[in-house]
Amino acid sequence: MSEKKPERREFLFTASYAVGAVGVGAVVWPLVDQMNPDASVKALASTEVDVSSVQSGKTITVLWRGKPVFIKRRTPEEIAEARAVKMEDLKDPQKDEDRAKDPEWLVMVGVCTHLGCVPLNDKGDYNGWFCPCHGSHYDTSGRIRKGPAPLNMEVPKYEFVNSNTIKIG
Amino acid sequence: MSDHEYVPKSKFGKWFNDRLPLLTLASHLTDYPTPKNLNYWWTFGGILSFCLIIQIVTGLTLAMHYIAHADLAFESVEHIMRDVNYGWLIRYVHANGASMFFLAVYIHIFRSLFYGSYKSPREIIWIIGIIIYLLMMAAAFMGYVLPWGQMSFWGATVITNLFSAIPLVGEGIVNWLWGGYSVDNPTLTRFFTLHYLIPFLILGLVVLHIWALHIPGNNNPVGIDVKKPSKDTVPFHPYIVIKDAFALLMFMIVFAFFVFYSPNILGHADNYIEANPMVTPAHIVPEWYLLPFYAILRSVPDKLMGVVAMLSAILILAALPWLDTSKIRSAVFRPLYKQFYWILLADVLILGYVGAMPAEGLYLLIARVATAYYFIHFLMILPILGFKEKTIPLPLSITEPVLGGFPNAAIVKKRENLD
Repeated sequence: MSEKKPERREFLFTASYAVGAVGVGAVVWPLVDQMNPDASVKALASTEVDVSSVQSGKTITVLWRGKPVFIKRRTPEEIAEARAVKMEDLKDPQKDEDRAKDPEWLVMVGVCTHLGCVPLNDKGDYNGWFCPCHGSHYDTSGRIRKGPAPLNMEVPKYEFVNSNTIKIG
Repeated sequence: MSDHEYVPKSKFGKWFNDRLPLLTLASHLTDYPTPKNLNYWWTFGGILSFCLIIQIVTGLTLAMHYIAHADLAFESVEHIMRDVNYGWLIRYVHANGASMFFLAVYIHIFRSLFYGSYKSPREIIWIIGIIIYLLMMAAAFMGYVLPWGQMSFWGATVITNLFSAIPLVGEGIVNWLWGGYSVDNPTLTRFFTLHYLIPFLILGLVVLHIWALHIPGNNNPVGIDVKKPSKDTVPFHPYIVIKDAFALLMFMIVFAFFVFYSPNILGHADNYIEANPMVTPAHIVPEWYLLPFYAILRSVPDKLMGVVAMLSAILILAALPWLDTSKIRSAVFRPLYKQFYWILLADVLILGYVGAMPAEGLYLLIARVATAYYFIHFLMILPILGFKEKTIPLPLSITEPVLGGFPNAAIVKKRENLD
């Protein structure tokens, strides 16, 4: 029966380690979590933009959560071009109808999905946006067409408060 | 080694040394037996210690004037340049010091590659060195962010976004690193904290690096084991000290040239424009010392795989002692390895060059070939070469080629060819 004693002891060791690990975790977590976005950063979650002065074919850029957001009033040709694209040609297939609720207005976060640069308006091989950092090309719907970026530019949550004002966030 | 016999001369010295053997340590460091054939490529360890001290001292003094806040950082750096007494000098020494540090570390690493210093029994020295190199890159990157210019901001954005390539948790990690939804004030303050911390971590690792070095002793250009102390070694002081000091003086001339005659040549003009989250500079380039890895990142068309390739390019170095299967250390006695060594050096320089060029057309093609070759060198050529290569016979001791009739390795090689 000499086997029994070490087992009792092992149980005590294991239990002590487990309690110790929980304690260490509880102490470490606040030190890790303090680096996450704080309450003041989260409070700036939405922005209202007056878009009445934007002319057809023009893009305005506004700052939302420290990031640029493109608001483009698209021309009928640009809309037609975006809607004519076949899904097979897309790296990140998404219909233009799903990206622009009102086809005239394209609202998206102006951040390249590769490494976070701001793409340039009306540039690139697809008449949309071109990222100068690593050469990603986006079409008139902000979808990735060529280059290293994996995804389409993100469409944030937004709504028309009235016909002249967009609320982002 | 004479450590054990060391007894301080003075009574107080003996009393103190019995309680804390600092004098024994000093005695070990002065008498430390060093191979007498060390050439000038071995002086970069001392030069690197000097670089670290310079960065810490100038960094501490800059921190007395710098303000880590997104609204004030850029102005405070200009304040250092224009108003603070000798602020321009201290900042230029610090900024160029980073480049000099990397220049020295690259020479130090390539010396190790040529003479096989990473091989048994020095693997731990080598791995600690790689960790130091990684920390140096982290410190340099975060330091470059602090002036809060356009390159600072967008460099920080691009590099932190590398983590977004991680599946599922990538986005969360990036927001955690930023402390927000973009690079902003919380990012700047934490980068300042870490930039301040890392040099002291490096200092601790340097102590371990040297400690680990003092167990087997220095490798040498011939790459064979030496008996210590013996005819093959000289005491560290004064022989190596004076050689290191002379090399350091030469290095300081180069350093001073950059500081006083072209302090901004290694920087980027865009960093004198304050950070603007709405506008990305037309062409983002990292500092010159990160360019080869940047080229590897961009040569892979897939985001995640690009990041993986870039990290692997650095981490593969840690496995080098086991990837290189040859028992012979020095390239002097490895005729084939010597050629591949120079090809690798050229390959890394080419990667550095294309890393500074736009990633398109011919540049992209060259970057891809050079990236492939980089990995082939470590993963295929080195393991195979150890078995296939016919090496030149090693001398019996480092004194033998000199006193035993063959003045140098070239003669040994000639003799080999005649046989």
